[in-house]
Amino acid sequence: MPYLSGTPRNRLLVPWRGERAALALLGLLPAILYFWYGAHDALGPDPVNVFERWLGLWAVRFLLAGLLVTPLRVLTGLNLIRYRRMLGLLAFCYVCLHVGVYVGLDQQGNIGVLVQDLTRRPFLMIGFAAFMLMVPLAITSTDGAMRRLGRRWGRLHRLVYGVALLVAVHFLMAFKTYNVTSVTYAGLLMAMVVWRCQAAWRRWRRRAA
Amino acid sequence: MADRSYPRPSSGEITPRSAWLSRRALLAGAAAGAATHLVSRAGAQTLSVRPGPFQAAERPTPLQDVTHYNNFYEFGLDKGDPAALSARFAARPWTLSVEGLVARPRVWDIDQLIAAMPLEERLYRMRCVEAWSMVIPWDGFPLASLLAQAEPLGSARYVAFESVVRPAQMPGQRNGLDSLAWPYVEGLRLDEAMHPLTLLAVGLYGEILPNQNGAPVRLVVPWKYGFKGIKSITRIRLVESQPPTTWNQMNAQEYGFFANVNPEVDHPRWSQASERIIGAGGFFGGGRKKTLMFNGYGEQVAGLYGSMDLRRNY
Repeated sequence: MPYLSGTPRNRLLVPWRGERAALALLGLLPAILYFWYGAHDALGPDPVNVFERWLGLWAVRFLLAGLLVTPLRVLTGLNLIRYRRMLGLLAFCYVCLHVGVYVGLDQQGNIGVLVQDLTRRPFLMIGFAAFMLMVPLAITSTDGAMRRLGRRWGRLHRLVYGVALLVAVHFLMAFKTYNVTSVTYAGLLMAMVVWRCQAAWRRWRRRAA
Repeated sequence: MADRSYPRPSSGEITPRSAWLSRRALLAGAAAGAATHLVSRAGAQTLSVRPGPFQAAERPTPLQDVTHYNNFYEFGLDKGDPAALSARFAARPWTLSVEGLVARPRVWDIDQLIAAMPLEERLYRMRCVEAWSMVIPWDGFPLASLLAQAEPLGSARYVAFESVVRPAQMPGQRNGLDSLAWPYVEGLRLDEAMHPLTLLAVGLYGEILPNQNGAPVRLVVPWKYGFKGIKSITRIRLVESQPPTTWNQMNAQEYGFFANVNPEVDHPRWSQASERIIGAGGFFGGGRKKTLMFNGYGEQVAGLYGSMDLRRNY
């Protein structure tokens, strides 16, 4: 079965070139659909808020999906690593849209408010920090960047665990009360970080022993 | 008395013409000797009301949005939950007790109360702490009228309100994780409660209050954030010291006792300088406007707070 693990090199190769493009298009559907609804006054009485939260939720979903790739391979043998970069890019894309809608449609470009947001509101500072941490990851997600960075690429991309923690906190803070949705997603994100730390710890001990 | 001369929209702008006409018919019926303001007609129940003071110049939010975009955590966290999940809620029979530091405590039957009070229509701006706003034509009577009947004692300084607890009919009261502490409680200083703007609403848009908007009776304090407007009230108690309030207990940093609308005092997680207009129509409806001090009712209520530090007493 081609989806099971192979050598590092061919693991990243995609048999059908259109596959990743198809995934990207599919992944953008929730945003396209809701944009269409919102532009046609079909997102209810508070459309900007609904769209903003929708984009944030999908960013969380794609981030989580990307983080699940490795545990899924270890636990079930199913190897989806060839889609991981696209999942990460989709998450970044949704974060950009989420921030863009907040700045453009919600605050309507009010610079004063945005400056306050980033200087006194931890909720938004945490969210923005996650966004900033994702920028170098998105920039270095091309095949060329992977080749150039070599071993450093993997180290750089461990930043995603910092992103996951920040996103989990931002997501919990986005609701007025703790609730099933926020606790589930934040819990899963944190579980991915814990899982990764544990794996690293075990490797380190084996090497030390 | 402060100035009451807001620009008033014509009745035709506020209420659908059909409802307005049927109200006229009801008034005629009332003149013929009907003793109640509450008339049951095929399906909907229409209230007989007269236009009250304190109108707003803004266009009222469409009825569909007023009744389908609600924060009423007793029915669920989503804005659509109250409309979707409140059909089984029984707002009749209902009693409302007025008790505590009063000379004449009384337990009112809701329909007797509605019949006893002259109902007014008041078009109020409603500003939610979440930075959105509506304009709602409420039907009700000043809380002061009810309190006056109870004759508050000299020792009464605050008014404590309590909402209903009915997990069987209110799904939001059943699960633990996202739950507030029930019953929902709220409070006002006595002078705030006696202010002529402070309303007990029993209807909106000329019709009996829908379940999702806090049936059968709710508080409306238009210069404060919406969460002060406790819904489905069962108990009003006059007390000596400041009563606990639900959101303040949940998160004191974010929700104060006073909760006066104030564009200069931000919520810790967002600016309160402006607000999204509900029902403005799609992404490009231009649905945002500047928030006004005391939600635009400063002329009437600023005097209540004198030199109080509104930054500390948020």
